[in-house]
Amino acid sequence: MINRIRTSFIATPYAIWVLICTILPLFYILGYAITTAEGDFTIQNLIAIADPVHLKSLWLSIQVALITTVVCLILAYPVALILHNLKITNKGFIVFLFILPMWMNFMLRILAWQNILSNNGILNNILSAIGLPTIHILYTKSAVILGMVYDFLPYMILPIYNSLSKINDDIIEAAADLGSSWINTFFKITLPLSRDGILSGVIMVFVPALSSFVVSNLLGGGKVLLIGNVIEQEFTLARNWNLGSGLSIILMLFVLASMSIMNKLDDSENGGMLI
Amino acid sequence: MIKIKKGTSFLYLGLIFLFLYAPILVLIVLSFNNSMSRTVWGGFTIQWYLNLPSNDTIMDALWTTLRITLSSSILATLLGTTAAIGIHRMKKRHVAIMLGATNIPLLNADIVTGISLMLLFTRFTSLGELSVVLAHIAFSVPYVIFNVLPKLQSMSDACYEAAMDLGATPAYAFYKVIWPEIFPGVLSGFLMALTMSLDDFTITYFTKGAGVNTLSTMLYTELRKGIQPELYALSTLLFLLAFIMLIATNFKGLNKKEAARV
Repeated sequence: MINRIRTSFIATPYAIWVLICTILPLFYILGYAITTAEGDFTIQNLIAIADPVHLKSLWLSIQVALITTVVCLILAYPVALILHNLKITNKGFIVFLFILPMWMNFMLRILAWQNILSNNGILNNILSAIGLPTIHILYTKSAVILGMVYDFLPYMILPIYNSLSKINDDIIEAAADLGSSWINTFFKITLPLSRDGILSGVIMVFVPALSSFVVSNLLGGGKVLLIGNVIEQEFTLARNWNLGSGLSIILMLFVLASMSIMNKLDDSENGGMLI
Repeated sequence: MIKIKKGTSFLYLGLIFLFLYAPILVLIVLSFNNSMSRTVWGGFTIQWYLNLPSNDTIMDALWTTLRITLSSSILATLLGTTAAIGIHRMKKRHVAIMLGATNIPLLNADIVTGISLMLLFTRFTSLGELSVVLAHIAFSVPYVIFNVLPKLQSMSDACYEAAMDLGATPAYAFYKVIWPEIFPGVLSGFLMALTMSLDDFTITYFTKGAGVNTLSTMLYTELRKGIQPELYALSTLLFLLAFIMLIATNFKGLNKKEAARV
């Protein structure tokens, strides 16, 4: 026991680190959010979210984030299931296949989507070559959603894949032996048992989608103004750090609210480990 | 398990990988494009690869990126591994607090993390390369902890205690008993920290000082001027490096498994 307590002290540098670089910055942002540039107390920066322009971009962000999350879930679940059924022993290989694209610069990859999606871009050339109607989605909400799905899909696939590989195959076989159809087995066993993975995936996609500003800048062409874009502009162009902080706090509240809804759905006792 | 036709499932998997790797293919093609334009194919060339070493803007950004990425991921791995070992030994209530705090950078929006760190740094020091390194450590430490902790949880404490009972010093027991068990976790944590740091834009953007540019932030500020084609060449090289690393580590893994079977 003495040994146990002594060894836990090895985490002291990290505990200090967490206080300074995780907790303290949050107080700073709160401090800026509830003061004016002169340092007086105000709630103006927080209620500024009610400004029609801000409200509109917050609502647009929520829409985009929800659609992105649902599309990611629909695309990712079959991928995770198929990968699981392949019974690849080297799990690290699967993980690497999905994070390998990150070695190509993120911004360049999003810019490459401009090439693919533009009016006389690669996709439309292919479509017209095989006689299909062309699509014109670059610099629209659809392009932004596509870019986000592209960017965040791995964060949905990996947790679901992990949760599937934790399911004991004997249960599935037992269900089959007892005459359950595969659809029944899927909805009664596989899906409920992979719920933890789905919930982690939803959080890992929804939060960055809600707050992203780069994808909307590059693929929305300045026409899709998300709450992340508004906050970025307050810090870089308008140089109103207090207002930017206030809107960030509002954004954080939305993130917290969506997570507490998720936690209500999640009754696991994993100690809250996401990955 | 659930039966999906083999053909259909491979087709679906193929389409998903096409979706994930299509932009990469486009960029690789552009790196050989003999035209300054992104949309016109001007014939095959390797001049961007040849010009790359003499492009000071890009090389400066590359070295800055490498310095930041390597130092932050190495420090994050050290900090995260010791943290995981310590947390593993803590009382349950403390574990919950520590893990909750560790989740914050993962769950918080990047833009909020970046801004809050910027507000902290501007108060105590000036923004520069060091502030970016500290910020990168802050968001990549959780990946290390969450890769190492499961390895510690799945091993039995008895081996370590047995080694101590038999007279090993704590350091020797750690090196001989714990380290081999957690090493795969430390390595994958390090690789994730490395990748996240290399790929980050948002947090770097807010915490960097004037004149400090990583590849991502340089690209963002020069976007209106157009992209220098040498960047495609550099990205292709970086991607190939990662790809070769992936293949190499997997072949090593396969060989080990085959050896074990024999």
